[in-house]
Amino acid sequence: MTQLVVLSGKGGTGKTNLSAAFSHLYQQKYPGHLALLVDADVDAANLALLLEAEELSKEAFIGGAIARIDPDLCTDCGRCQEVCRFDAVISREEKFCIDPIACEGCAACLYQCPENAIALQKQQAGEWYISETPYGKFFHAHLYPAQENSGKLVALIKSRAQEELENSSADLMLVDGPPGIGCPVISAVSGANVVLVVTEPTLAGLHDLGRVLETTTHFDVQVEVCINKSDLYPEGAQQIRKYCQEKGIDILGEIPFDLAIPRAMNQGQPVTKFDPQSQSSIAIKGIWERLMTVVEKHSTEKELIQVK
Amino acid sequence: MRRIAVASGKGGTGKTTVAVALAESLSQDSEQIVLISDCDVEAPNVHLYLDPDFEQSKAVHVLIPQVDEDICTGCGICSEVCQYNAIILLKDRAMVFPSLCHGCGSCTLNCPENAIREIPNQIGILERGIGNGNIYLRHGLLNPGEPLTVPVIAALRKWNDEFSARIEIIDSPPGASCPVVEAIRRVDFLLLVTEPTPFGLHDLKQAHQVANELGIRTGVIINRDGLGEADIQGYCLDNHIPVLMTIPLDRNIGAGLARGDTLLEIYPEYGDKFRALYEKVDQMLEEAVGP
Amino acid sequence: MKYAISSSTGNPDTEFSARFGRCTYFLIVDEGLDNWEKISNPAQNAQGGAGTQVVQYLAEQGVDAVISGRYGPNAYDALDAAGMKAYLADSGTPRQLVNQAQSGSLRLAAGPTGEAMHGQGGRGGRGGGRQ
Repeated sequence: MTQLVVLSGKGGTGKTNLSAAFSHLYQQKYPGHLALLVDADVDAANLALLLEAEELSKEAFIGGAIARIDPDLCTDCGRCQEVCRFDAVISREEKFCIDPIACEGCAACLYQCPENAIALQKQQAGEWYISETPYGKFFHAHLYPAQENSGKLVALIKSRAQEELENSSADLMLVDGPPGIGCPVISAVSGANVVLVVTEPTLAGLHDLGRVLETTTHFDVQVEVCINKSDLYPEGAQQIRKYCQEKGIDILGEIPFDLAIPRAMNQGQPVTKFDPQSQSSIAIKGIWERLMTVVEKHSTEKELIQVK
Repeated sequence: MRRIAVASGKGGTGKTTVAVALAESLSQDSEQIVLISDCDVEAPNVHLYLDPDFEQSKAVHVLIPQVDEDICTGCGICSEVCQYNAIILLKDRAMVFPSLCHGCGSCTLNCPENAIREIPNQIGILERGIGNGNIYLRHGLLNPGEPLTVPVIAALRKWNDEFSARIEIIDSPPGASCPVVEAIRRVDFLLLVTEPTPFGLHDLKQAHQVANELGIRTGVIINRDGLGEADIQGYCLDNHIPVLMTIPLDRNIGAGLARGDTLLEIYPEYGDKFRALYEKVDQMLEEAVGP
Repeated sequence: MKYAISSSTGNPDTEFSARFGRCTYFLIVDEGLDNWEKISNPAQNAQGGAGTQVVQYLAEQGVDAVISGRYGPNAYDALDAAGMKAYLADSGTPRQLVNQAQSGSLRLAAGPTGEAMHGQGGRGGRGGGRQ
């Protein structure tokens, strides 16, 4: 079984559209062995919009906790404000209270308060779902706006998907990753066998490709690249090819800019389903076939693989 | 100091394009200093367009506890107070797991034997300089492999400037969670850049809710108009958000940005458009402050 | 030698669970294999650092060796520091696996199992302390 994670570094390169297309192509090829699908971009979870997802279950996500000062016990000594490292203790008219957006839930104030006036309250930071789709079981989430702990929510849905992977006949977990390189990305890549980086032939795309590749070197993963909107700026595409060659990374394929993709998005379908003869669909199928060869080579053997 | 942040929810809608265009437009026109703060510390791109000379840099650290095993008595208080299981008791000694540590200092404060010291661990760097068009630029870079984005953004926003800019434009990261909150809190106005696709609309709603949580006035810019049919205008109308500008889908813009040209370098007339946008925002803010 | 095996059922004769940090139960047994104790995993819903919390807890229970399918880097380091043996299994019931461990046919982990160097989502929060 394999875990494949789709990343980009720069946002908007087409991870989600590609992940949806891959889900569709996998189901076409292996109708008996559906993949497990995960949307790890919990801040801006869009994959559900392309998968005709039907919710099977929903659960609360308790992200962390927020401190609360009991005004009846508080003697305004200000010790909490002294120790808080997150600027979360604010004083209004000499009364101290906690800014819930800034509060980290570390409880440093709680343990330092001489009056035991502070308590931690668990906060529901979002929800996560298991849904049925034509392409397999789908694990996704909605992090409430302005919340922390997106990395933790990603880890949670991946953990549940991993459990399902062990108990089902599915052979592939396909993870649509978030943009960037921080905690949610690290959570998304954790446990991956293969990472596909979707980039675009722009100066910003190349720069962020470098950053995400630097990040993936911290993991024992096989990294592949593909270029989306490749005809947007041919010199840019050439720069990416050159860069990947220097790094010894294969480019699995290039997808031209194609309005079939937003059209498919509008219809709530993967482009390979909506318009299989479009230029982008044909290019995506080529990338998919090469990707499957890589995936087969890197699936987790029954004996556990030791890391470097 | 007037602060305007640019965010989106969805990645790739054109935040950086807009932030740079606004900074250029305002810098062209006035004698006042315009500062652009690129808070997308995981993947900053503003400097690629403005080509600054970075004259100054500053390291960003988080504090990680270190336990003196000779003094540690294995009382376990550190492990009780730690909310993240980042310090635990094993074989009667405390052991620290830096990757789980949030640097809150609680274990250090509560150790009855004073056995814990805090050691700075560098997680990123801040840089600043002056770029094209005399625009002052500063940004942060999270070290690849480090998970904590927010402390780098927080350090960037707190970095004191010797030059006193009158206008600050903040380029926010994508998403709608804590890094975005840290980037855009305590600004005067938020520009939300979206695209008329189902993803654009879906994520605009998330971003708009963040603005509401933070109590920041918002306006929308629709970029790549023509890319899809999502009813951004309808959503904005229903939620009383002004649509301040629409930028059409235009291959020239895409190709120009790909090269590293700014929007104003591709179409100079956007200078006037963004100055007019700023006037409008200014007016809205004046009205809000009024009686 | 006291063993702990991760389990989703708490039954020594059904398939074990490969998840170490967030399994539902641990089955604890001594080498005689006659006294099976089922304990609820206290770290199932931990904020973060489930692995480290589990190791601390099992160490408190006097466990000498663990059997599971996967150890993240923090869990692995904690097991090492605690002096506990970490066995890796891919299938079997807890009873079968303890037998295998005793007969030397179960492999010991030589390192963490291919996961992030920074732990899996334990750092969801906003922040490190600032100087």
